[in-house]
Amino acid sequence: MNVAVAKTGNGRAVSDLFASAEGRLPGSPGVAALRREAFETYERLGLPHRRIEEWKYTDLRALVGEVLPLAAAPDAAALKRAAEAVTAHAIAGARKLVLVDGVFAADLSDVKALASEVSIKTLREVLADEANPAAGDLLRTAATDAVISLNAAVATDGVVVSVADGTHLSAPIQLIHIATAAGASAFTRSHLRIGKGVRATLVETFVAAGKASGYQVNDAVILWIGDDADVAHIRLMDDAPDAVNVSSHFVTVGAAVKFNFFNMTTGAAVSRLQGFITLSGEGSELSANGVNLLQKTEHGDTTLVVDHAVPNCVSRETFRAVIDDRAHSVFQGRIIVRPDAQKTDGKMMTRALLLSDEAEADNKPELEIFADDVSCGHGATAGALDDSLLFYLKARGLPEKQAQALLIQAFVGEAIEQIADDDLREHVIGIAERWLERRS
Amino acid sequence: MALLEVKDLKVRVEEREILHGLTLTVNEGEVHAIMGPNGSGKSTLSHVIAGKPGYEVTDGQIFFKGEDLLEMSPDERAAKGVFLAFQYPVEIPGVATMTFLRTALNAQRKARGESEYSTPDFLKKVREVSKSLNIPQDMLKRGVNVGFSGGEKKRNEVLQMALFEPSLCILDEMDSGLDIDALRIAADGVNALRSPKRAMVVITHYQRLLNYIVPDVVHVMSKGRVVKSGGKDLALELEASGYAQFEDAA
Repeated sequence: MNVAVAKTGNGRAVSDLFASAEGRLPGSPGVAALRREAFETYERLGLPHRRIEEWKYTDLRALVGEVLPLAAAPDAAALKRAAEAVTAHAIAGARKLVLVDGVFAADLSDVKALASEVSIKTLREVLADEANPAAGDLLRTAATDAVISLNAAVATDGVVVSVADGTHLSAPIQLIHIATAAGASAFTRSHLRIGKGVRATLVETFVAAGKASGYQVNDAVILWIGDDADVAHIRLMDDAPDAVNVSSHFVTVGAAVKFNFFNMTTGAAVSRLQGFITLSGEGSELSANGVNLLQKTEHGDTTLVVDHAVPNCVSRETFRAVIDDRAHSVFQGRIIVRPDAQKTDGKMMTRALLLSDEAEADNKPELEIFADDVSCGHGATAGALDDSLLFYLKARGLPEKQAQALLIQAFVGEAIEQIADDDLREHVIGIAERWLERRS
Repeated sequence: MALLEVKDLKVRVEEREILHGLTLTVNEGEVHAIMGPNGSGKSTLSHVIAGKPGYEVTDGQIFFKGEDLLEMSPDERAAKGVFLAFQYPVEIPGVATMTFLRTALNAQRKARGESEYSTPDFLKKVREVSKSLNIPQDMLKRGVNVGFSGGEKKRNEVLQMALFEPSLCILDEMDSGLDIDALRIAADGVNALRSPKRAMVVITHYQRLLNYIVPDVVHVMSKGRVVKSGGKDLALELEASGYAQFEDAA
């Protein structure tokens, strides 16, 4: 690879980044070769733009322009700021795993408490283990694109968690990503392997420490869920208002699994969550709910590909967006039903609440059905707050903003209600309320 | 003392004049009935007093406690003591009745510069009021009016009236969609709230409601004006002879 030759401005910024970061990236020689290969893929493709169908509504070249240099490993001062952020954003009763500027922070994490129930390693240590011939697999994913390749190339750290068969976790695991550095990027990648019959709640939180701003996050999560497991996965992206967050999820679901996924976007100037969920065992139920809360000129994209690879699975997707000012929400949902996946029941629904005339919502549902005995569908609604409800509330003494807030909370609440854990639900409601308070 | 003074009010909805110079004075402690055929402008009057958008006041004035009501937003009017009991109360899914009641009550108190109720104080007050109106606690646990029967919706309006303690209650076609038992229950609730400091304007098409809420003054509206006013006997007279005579008069 020739890092000195760059074809585009975007490419050059990353070439410099890769050249400067290469020495810092963990990995055996085999892993290093994989990283170089992934980087070459990225360099060939460049940042995704609107002429790439999957990125039509989220043109990173136009919205982001360039990838920022890799954040330095956090120093003592950064860790101190991160500790304050952990206190502010930790969920009551959850056990924490903390990544600061893309580096695992053991001192801020509940490693000891977790060790009794799960196995935890860092991505860094697994990649560096020369005796492990499979280490490179951690950098491979079922689907790939430019941002995923870039993640494989320069991911500095992450957690590698394994939950043994039959374990019922006594508390949620909260993976907290904290940015302390301004104008830098963090690349993380985590692997979670959930055994058969496990009951677990996983939470991901993305936040800034103090006044950290203008940073970029590129995260990948690879999740395997064993047969008969019951897993709730909640992702709360509340990054700084001028940050960029691009995250990719790869989920493989076994048989007779109950998998509840919930995503809430309340931060970042530009964000995209792309999820690739494969139902690979029969009799499983997937429920995916999302809420994009966007204001000012924020751009939030949720893209989900649900692949029914086997018969007899149910998938339900409901995505809501509350869009204020000149913000832009994107939902792309694809349901794939493979030829053998008879008796598939897959539905998706999007509901957009537009709070301003300049707010924008784009929905792109796609059904790719190759089996003949299935029930699949999609629907979408978009509209403003109901005037008759607003007037009723105002006639009872609620000022305009407060009346709006109550109706928005109700709209968002229908999604949040699906979260079973009380502390967690209250935590999520709190984040949504703070978003409402930020409305101008 | 005059609580509400409507003076020569002219109102348009989408280029069409609905009220053509309506004048009405309601004093503290009085119960006024406004009767009239469909399309006479009864509901328009109630909506304009409450501040519903979509109505253009082209002439005339409304004073409430001596202040210009038309200058106030709907929430300011509510805080000043205007309460409109809706003909068709809306369902608000996802907003718990208790949350709604507390938010509304505290918003009104805040606007008046009064201290807001703490949660325990609020709960105590709601329990007292709902008990006196025979409203089951179960109703309060649901979303605002969600899945309520017509009678339950009207009782919820009466509950709010009792809780917010307004000085002017406007009951817009309270009898619509109610059977006789539901009507009696709602009317009992309203009667319990009659007081020398509180005035009520009861808008109705039928005389039936006035058997339960007995007015001090009855007005007949036709074609956007009050065409006749009198005592409670006027309602009985109307019941016997119908509105046709007034339509000719107007």
